[in-house]
Amino acid sequence: MRSHILQMAASRLLPVTLILSLLVFYRGHNDPGGGFIGGLMAAAGFVFYALAFDTREAEKKLRVSPMMLIASGLSIAFISALPALFAGNPFFTGEWISISLPLSAKPKLGTPMLFDFGVYLTVWGIMLTVIFNIMEE
Amino acid sequence: MNGILVYLLILLIAALLSPAIIQKGGRHAAWLLGLISAAGFAMFLTYAPLTSAGEKLSLTINWLPELYLNFSLYLDGLSLFFALLITGMGALVLVFAGKYMQPYPLRHRFFFLILLFEFAMLALVISGNLFTMFIFWELTSVSSFLLVGFSHEKPEARNAALQALLITVAGGLAMMAGFIILGQAAGTLEIPLLLKSGDIIRNHPHYLPALLLILAGAFTKSAQFPFHFWLPGAMQAPSPVSAFLHSATMVKAGIYLLMRLSPVMGGTPEWKYILTITGAITMLLGGYFAYSQTDFKKVLAYTTISALGILVLMLGIDTDISIKAAIIFLLVHALYKGALFMIAGLIDKSAGSRDLRKLGGLFRAMPVAAVAAIISLLSMAGLPPMIGFIGKELIYEAKIGLPDIGNFLLLAGVLTNVIMVAISLTLIFNLFLGPLKYPGEKPKRPALALRIGPMILASVSLVFGLFPSTVADLLLRPAITSIRPTIDTLKLALWHGFNEVLLMSFITVAAGIILFLLYRKVNPVLTRFNNEVITFRFADAFNKGLDFFLSLTKKKTALVQSGYQRIYLIAIFIMTSALAWYQIAYTWKDMAVNVITPPGVYELLIVTVIVASAIFATLAKSRLAAILSLGATGYGIALLFINYGAIDVAITMILAETLILVLFMVVIYHLPKFTNFSSGKTRLRDAGIALLAGGFMTGLVLKAGQVNLSPKISEFYTENALSLAHGKNTVNVILVDFRALDTLGEITVLVIAAIGVTALLKLRTKKGSAT
Repeated sequence: MRSHILQMAASRLLPVTLILSLLVFYRGHNDPGGGFIGGLMAAAGFVFYALAFDTREAEKKLRVSPMMLIASGLSIAFISALPALFAGNPFFTGEWISISLPLSAKPKLGTPMLFDFGVYLTVWGIMLTVIFNIMEE
Repeated sequence: MNGILVYLLILLIAALLSPAIIQKGGRHAAWLLGLISAAGFAMFLTYAPLTSAGEKLSLTINWLPELYLNFSLYLDGLSLFFALLITGMGALVLVFAGKYMQPYPLRHRFFFLILLFEFAMLALVISGNLFTMFIFWELTSVSSFLLVGFSHEKPEARNAALQALLITVAGGLAMMAGFIILGQAAGTLEIPLLLKSGDIIRNHPHYLPALLLILAGAFTKSAQFPFHFWLPGAMQAPSPVSAFLHSATMVKAGIYLLMRLSPVMGGTPEWKYILTITGAITMLLGGYFAYSQTDFKKVLAYTTISALGILVLMLGIDTDISIKAAIIFLLVHALYKGALFMIAGLIDKSAGSRDLRKLGGLFRAMPVAAVAAIISLLSMAGLPPMIGFIGKELIYEAKIGLPDIGNFLLLAGVLTNVIMVAISLTLIFNLFLGPLKYPGEKPKRPALALRIGPMILASVSLVFGLFPSTVADLLLRPAITSIRPTIDTLKLALWHGFNEVLLMSFITVAAGIILFLLYRKVNPVLTRFNNEVITFRFADAFNKGLDFFLSLTKKKTALVQSGYQRIYLIAIFIMTSALAWYQIAYTWKDMAVNVITPPGVYELLIVTVIVASAIFATLAKSRLAAILSLGATGYGIALLFINYGAIDVAITMILAETLILVLFMVVIYHLPKFTNFSSGKTRLRDAGIALLAGGFMTGLVLKAGQVNLSPKISEFYTENALSLAHGKNTVNVILVDFRALDTLGEITVLVIAAIGVTALLKLRTKKGSAT
């Protein structure tokens, strides 16, 4: 089922879904979204790509193996729990810092955000691992 | 105390570096490792004046004080006594092993393991918290397992290692349960505090279970009847291991635990009876089997069992004099047994056999080692002027004049010692005197590294025998006082007057000489008797039990694990709904249906679509139609979520639904044609299960609407999401902040599932390509 239209659409859509997934991940703290949903979206983009081409092409596009995504995601999620320990708080307490940027923007950065990013990467990796494996069958 | 902590770390680092040291360091590298151990000995010796003055050192690093789990160290006379034994013995054994293990290609691994063991054993005896101790206790079991199975190419060695591990670890597990009960009863697991709460524990209703469980740990580790059989099997290990672990130190861990807990749990009738009876049986059994062996190492193994029995017996008698006897005999035994196991290894090396019938006159071939061996054997026989004599006299004294079964104990004790005398004489005459006999090449003079250990140990046996007061006050009395604080003096002497104890010693020696003269005639008879009449072997019975257990588990697994996914699903659905239904039916009476708000048009519409597509899925004639209608159900549910404002859940649902659909699209080409396999009957069954499961979900939801928890958890989350966690999206805040640990657990489970899928598919592909 090689279709040029599909391939064209998939390769154009891939960056869009990725940016969208990051956006969904980022807005997750205050609006619907978050790491889990973002990860699923990112995976969907690649799955679509793999459908249009094949899994090998998709993995090439991804550059790292899905397992790598899982490993780094899980590590990031775990590491995000550690700052609390150094601050003397219970495991997984959210620790926040405020940074001031020009244009009076004051985004808050905290370990929950880092944790959510870990979830994002892990879910992304898991979906790709499972689906690519089954597709290769 | 910090010095001790640092030394423990040094020992651990030395263990980790030892493979490199042995491989790169040349032939004498083991001397360096011995030196590290000897340095520990010297360091602990500097603590002797402190503990001798009654001082107790401790160090606690809190970990989970609520559960009494801390890393604690505690040093008193008893710990110091054991620490000296371990480091001193360790130094000699390491030097010995440096030469002994030369021909083994994997010797670097051996040194790692034996140093790891030394670390664990040392940490065990200076632990100040029972759980700290437990961890090191298990580490000694594991390192012992690896050392017994060191010659892993031999099936007997592997088997013996497994047996030793299973028995000691099973005992360790029981002991852990006992520790937990003890902790509950006393409110602490810190040894210094436990030592003060003996009365509370002894009067606690759970005293007996705790005692039995802890004794299970101590008895398995110290090879007490009926768990004794792993110890002779463990002689598959190289000789340095036998000398260090299975005679001088590790098997004494159980004894150490009994000594340590004697002020906490001891003194009750239960303690006394269990310990004396077990100890006495073990003592006699070990003696008998030792006398009927022909392998030097086996003889030593059984005498070790006997000696461990004597120690348990002494602790069970639990009088001032028996505690003294226990500590002194422990030292006596470690000294002579360590030396003799090294001699056994040395003879095996240079004469090519350990069979007593094939050896003889070795004095001429190795005079120095022979002298060391003879001194050690005399100490084992309990003859003057060795320290063994003092030990034996104290043991006799402890047994005299006991109530109830006292006379029986005395008789058993004398009998055991008669056997010890006979064995010692047999070994001296058979191995070292008479005409030179050897099966292989002419025995060479053993190297210094092999001789030095037995030489030092034997001279210590002799010097301590001649001048017992040198160690009595500095090392032995503090150890005894730790067990029994009321004892504050210890006078030891070779000559203690002409009394009934001395008379018994004379009888023992005379009878021992007779038994020795009979050895040549009796031994073959006993060997035949053992082989033909005593057909029951504990080790075999244990193996059979193990095999039975394995075949039982296999059958059980085959029964439960059918390998069909539908069976698993049926089991899960039925079990879950049955359990939930039980609870729902139980509370059915208070079920009010009127709490349901009447649904609006939207909801009704969506639900109709969901139900219709679900029904269509079950009736579908093609796979594609079934999948698509299932997808429609999923999207419908997502719409419901949106309708009720759960946007996050809805988005997740839609994405997951989409990905699953895509997945199906991919696989659908590879699946066999959709043929209707299900008969009407199975459809009926499945419908029943589906109704059961769906029904319980409905019941659960209805029930959930009624349950009023105050204050509501959800309210807490909505109120605090912004203030505490700086986020407006409550769902997300719950996921990544309030319940982040849960989420971490969930994604970890998902990762495992992904790895499982990979393994499943990749392995199948490989198998497929192979055929």
